[in-house]
Amino acid sequence: MTTSTPRVWWKTAVGLVLTGLMLFPVYWMINVSFTRDQDMRASPPHLFPTNGTLDGYRAVLDQQLPYLGTSFLVGLGTVALTVALAAPAGYALAKLRPPGGPALSFVLLIAQMIPGIIMAMGFYAVYLTLGVLNTLPGLILADSTLAVPFAVLIFTAFMSGIPDELLQAAVVDGAGRLRTFWSVVLPVSRNSVVTVSLFAFLWSWSDFIFASTLAGGGDHQPITIGIYHYIGNNNQQWNAIMATAVVASVPAAVLLVLAQRYVSTGVTAGAVKD
Amino acid sequence: MTSTTRKSTATRGRGGAANTAPPRPGASRVRRSHRRWAWGFLAPVTLYLLAFYAYPLYRNVELSLREYTVRSFVQGGAPFAGLDNYRTVLTDPAFWPTLTHTVVFTAASLAFQFSIGMALALFFRQHFPLSGTLRALILVPWLLPLIVSASTWSWLLNSDSGLVNAALGVVGVDQVNWLTSPGWSLTSVIIANIWIGIPFNLVVLYSGLQAIPTEVYEASALDGATGWQRFWSITFPLLRPVSAITLLLGLIYTLKVFDIIWIMTRGGPTDSSATLATWSYRLGFGNLLPEFGPGAAVGNLLIVMALIAGLVYIRIQRRQNLR
Repeated sequence: MTTSTPRVWWKTAVGLVLTGLMLFPVYWMINVSFTRDQDMRASPPHLFPTNGTLDGYRAVLDQQLPYLGTSFLVGLGTVALTVALAAPAGYALAKLRPPGGPALSFVLLIAQMIPGIIMAMGFYAVYLTLGVLNTLPGLILADSTLAVPFAVLIFTAFMSGIPDELLQAAVVDGAGRLRTFWSVVLPVSRNSVVTVSLFAFLWSWSDFIFASTLAGGGDHQPITIGIYHYIGNNNQQWNAIMATAVVASVPAAVLLVLAQRYVSTGVTAGAVKD
Repeated sequence: MTSTTRKSTATRGRGGAANTAPPRPGASRVRRSHRRWAWGFLAPVTLYLLAFYAYPLYRNVELSLREYTVRSFVQGGAPFAGLDNYRTVLTDPAFWPTLTHTVVFTAASLAFQFSIGMALALFFRQHFPLSGTLRALILVPWLLPLIVSASTWSWLLNSDSGLVNAALGVVGVDQVNWLTSPGWSLTSVIIANIWIGIPFNLVVLYSGLQAIPTEVYEASALDGATGWQRFWSITFPLLRPVSAITLLLGLIYTLKVFDIIWIMTRGGPTDSSATLATWSYRLGFGNLLPEFGPGAAVGNLLIVMALIAGLVYIRIQRRQNLR
């Protein structure tokens, strides 16, 4: 579609306005995080944080660091567990195609559709018996269920695209299947490893339902619970709440800046491709 | 995979250096070892699915069929109750309102997410300077942790100090108690959920639009079709498969929504924004005396709804892949 230059810039202007509207709540979160307590209930609300304060962020540093640390550890654990489980499975489903493979893919698709609240209740019952409520490994295991089915499907889709010649060449060179997987398949699938890791981290970082049911009462509470307690406890200090929210959004922002390509792939891969 | 094609592709891949083994007599043994390897790679995930999907699900069904108290939840030995929990839930005065809220929440969210997402996808399809960057930025609401979005919306919709009421006040509308009045709470959580879901619809529909060959449009432009005609006669029909998948995935996601509602309103006031998901959570975890049985029963009703949507989704996708 070729149009004259002024027309195109007019579209960019509309695009900017639409994006601005969509992102306005995000701007508002940032604005409120810098607003002083006495301006919080000003009428009309201040649209810009003139006379801004860093009190909210000071409160984050004082009170929320342990929560952030927990979330970070849980995120890393979830990524490691997810990739370790899903990458070999993706390789087998894409390249070794055993009988029963399609059935397993089907189960994985279904597994993604189970509402989190049901998983949480089942996990709670199991964890209570095992005594792993309020532990890091318990939360990591539960959070990984958010990512593993998606990850296997993504790995299968990506690895189906690896040329068979490449794998056969490895076999010819005398590599066994483990070796082929480790030194040929995995390096070639770097992009899918990145995509899966990003989403696994983000989902575990954002998880609220497992955190509140399985780790809501112990020493290892993630940042989502930190914010939730904040809302419950000090209803007045919204700059601190929003500052925590801003900090909690950092991984999403980093992800979008560093890996925008992978994000779009991840969103569509589950839906459009098989 | 015949040996000739294998050899020829291998040759192409290795620049003629490879001359692979001729067909061996022990082919079935090879195939069996191949299968063993494949399941070796699949074993971790299979065990994982059994332990962390199948078993919690089984526990959930069991919870819903027994009469659990806090003591028997810990020590075991709860008496079998048959379908009593389901009967309790279905005859609860909260059941029909909650089901209605779930349906309204899901239908309204889907309708607006989809139509706004579609409009944005059509707009961003016309490439213009910055279109890629802006499209990426619009993803932000979808990537934010739900607790962040939900608390931001809580403050935007705050009765006394929220920006929304301030803006409405400028136009002369009286203060609306978005989150604290039974008449508005469901609308409020729907608005927040629409905002969160638009990016997903945009991205999937946009990729669907990309797949429509431009020649189709060029031909219709030659025939003198207007933009609106082009949308209804070309884009919409060709996009129907992708639209169906987007809507069904949206349906599955929306049925599951719990965080946003719980954080913004806790399903209240007086259950006016409660859905099956929040009800199940409140029964199981929200009260001092947990009612695990009825909670699990509500959860299982939810799972049935999600699975029906899921099976329809898989059916449609299979049919498209065959085509």
